[in-house]
Amino acid sequence: MKKDIILCGVGGQGILSIATVIGEAATIAGINLKQAEVHGMSQRGGDVQSNLRLSTEQIYSDLIPQGGADLIISMEPMESLRYLPYLAKSGTIVTSSKPFINIPNYPDEDALQAELDSLPSVVKLDIESVAKDAGNVRGANMVLLGMAAPFLEILTVDQLRQAITNIFARKGEAVVEANLKAFDMGAVKVDS
Amino acid sequence: MKKQLLLGDEAIALGAINAGLSGVYAYPGTPSTEITEFIQNNPEAKARGIHSRWCTNEKTAMEAALGMSYAGKRALVCMKHVGMNVCADAFVNSAITGVNGGLVVLAADDPSMHSSQNEQDSRFYAKFAMVPTFEPSNQQEAYDMMATAFAYSEAIKEPVVMRVVTRLAHSRAAVEVNEAKAENPLNVCTERWVLLPGIARKRYVDLLAKQPDMVQAAETSVYNKTEKGGSKKLGIIACGIAYNYVKEAVGDEANILKISQYPLPVEKVKQLAAENDAIMVVEDGQPVVEEQVAGILGAGYPIKGRLTGDLPRTGELNPDHVAKALGKEAGPVFDDAKNLAGRPPQLCQGCGHRDVYTALNQVLAEYPDYRVFGDIGCYTLGALPPFKALASCVDMGASITMAKGAADAGLFPAVAIIGDSTFTHSGMTGLLDAVNDKSNITVVISDNLTTGMTGGQDSAGTNKFEAICKGLGVEPEHIRVVVPLPKNMPEIIQILKEEIEYNGVSVIIPRRECIQTAARHAREKKAKEAGK
Repeated sequence: MKKDIILCGVGGQGILSIATVIGEAATIAGINLKQAEVHGMSQRGGDVQSNLRLSTEQIYSDLIPQGGADLIISMEPMESLRYLPYLAKSGTIVTSSKPFINIPNYPDEDALQAELDSLPSVVKLDIESVAKDAGNVRGANMVLLGMAAPFLEILTVDQLRQAITNIFARKGEAVVEANLKAFDMGAVKVDS
Repeated sequence: MKKQLLLGDEAIALGAINAGLSGVYAYPGTPSTEITEFIQNNPEAKARGIHSRWCTNEKTAMEAALGMSYAGKRALVCMKHVGMNVCADAFVNSAITGVNGGLVVLAADDPSMHSSQNEQDSRFYAKFAMVPTFEPSNQQEAYDMMATAFAYSEAIKEPVVMRVVTRLAHSRAAVEVNEAKAENPLNVCTERWVLLPGIARKRYVDLLAKQPDMVQAAETSVYNKTEKGGSKKLGIIACGIAYNYVKEAVGDEANILKISQYPLPVEKVKQLAAENDAIMVVEDGQPVVEEQVAGILGAGYPIKGRLTGDLPRTGELNPDHVAKALGKEAGPVFDDAKNLAGRPPQLCQGCGHRDVYTALNQVLAEYPDYRVFGDIGCYTLGALPPFKALASCVDMGASITMAKGAADAGLFPAVAIIGDSTFTHSGMTGLLDAVNDKSNITVVISDNLTTGMTGGQDSAGTNKFEAICKGLGVEPEHIRVVVPLPKNMPEIIQILKEEIEYNGVSVIIPRRECIQTAARHAREKKAKEAGK
């Protein structure tokens, strides 16, 4: 079994934290992982992405081939579309619905949402509002991970929750609880 | 054996620590920065007192590492590919002196120029200096090869290059880690490395005499392995990380010669050629191996690769290029999205460089024919909208010297903008040229107290800039310090006007901490107080 995931968003939105949690969960699950990150100049408010490959078999390439991603997990709706040629025809996009506009030529929002809705499998949510409701404004990325959890399949919800606990442990129990709550709320929103 | 999830860079760092490293010498540069940072933060490295302070530039790093090697200990030099240009004098000559303690020169190449000005291939440098190269295909090899590379360097008494590319440097995977080996004791070399012509000529003959042994080592290297499984129509030479893309495309159904240790194993290449009708060379970066294979096999033998257009001539490889070159049909894919706009990187909101550009643009608008010569760092983003302020960005330090040359030719105003870390890296000597020539230039040293672009490493000149400029001969009344904040705009504009109008070298130092490191320092302070 394998899951190829493209994580994306805008520099500073916290996609590397999602990658770190999934990486920890893969370690707990004892499966193979490769995760190509973006460092350097592109982190300055530009588009960022990370290729995450999970498999029970040996993984060779650090990069996902076109048409190969099972899942695109995006902190921003336009960014979720940037990697469309990489998504498998049977793949799913899990994305925040709220645009992050820091460029003058951001596309028409209605047209953008309509294009997203025209795709076979898309799950979107205003993750910042959910995070706010959870009392954790900085936890939008964990809400998104919760939304993606049912589609990860190769990792269980328990493994992901344990990974969040491990990763945030050094920041104290309150931070762990807040992130778990954000994760759970994201998962519930998708189920319902 | 225990497994750890490591970036390629971190695997290199831990591999070096566990191979008995005594010192890492480096200047920050994407994608190499995390190697030195890992060693700086590693508890074992701290306990052992492994030297890991940042150097002023790659040349000082290379020379210090050579000094540590002379004293018998194992030293690592790390840099991005263009850093090889900066340290090239020391690097090439270190092959002539030879080494005592193991010396590994790590070059992290950046094909596709994710964060760079070119995509030069460091394997050319190793070939030029006539020293061996290791090129890992994955994180585990990156870890394992450090021990091999240090031992081999000591065995052949030569520096050894380790070459990685961005995709490996910045990709994470599980790595099996072994116990740390003890460091070498102090064992100062008894030979004299004095490269006077008479001695250098003899040393060069010695270096040439070692070449057949280096080729032989590559012929028998565990890292250069042959796999058989395909038809005899095509043999594939897969170098470093390219091996992964080949395996992704064809699995076990191909005849592959994997190359991860150079010089090229000539007999293995000839054997692959004899057993197949054609060869495809798959390598990330420039066609270094493809050119050599053409030389080995001669005209008439069909070779495919980047030079023949079977693979793209520029940019990093990916699984799609390689699969296509190997004749694999691509599956159905979605078309590019329609509602999509580019999102280029930009200066952070609240960054002091923004205020510097705002002021510069306002002042210079009054001159018909001004140019601002830029440099390497976050502030290169001043070339993009909304500022569009820069006429050039070429290499570390070139802002000052290009402004000088243009001023020599008659350009006015000729302004240079350079960051604090870039100034100490390679700007100081150019400023001395300008002072000695009384050039009519205005130099802005935009000082954010850190090496910002690479994530906020220590900057060699912090707190020393006024003294450095004064020491180089800039007149004290033309060294002006300002705080780049919107509220100070009238003062900054006034000072810029005065110094542009001054006919000579003037230096303006806008100084305010990088907002990224300021936020980090605030968090650290808060955490420290909470811990009390």
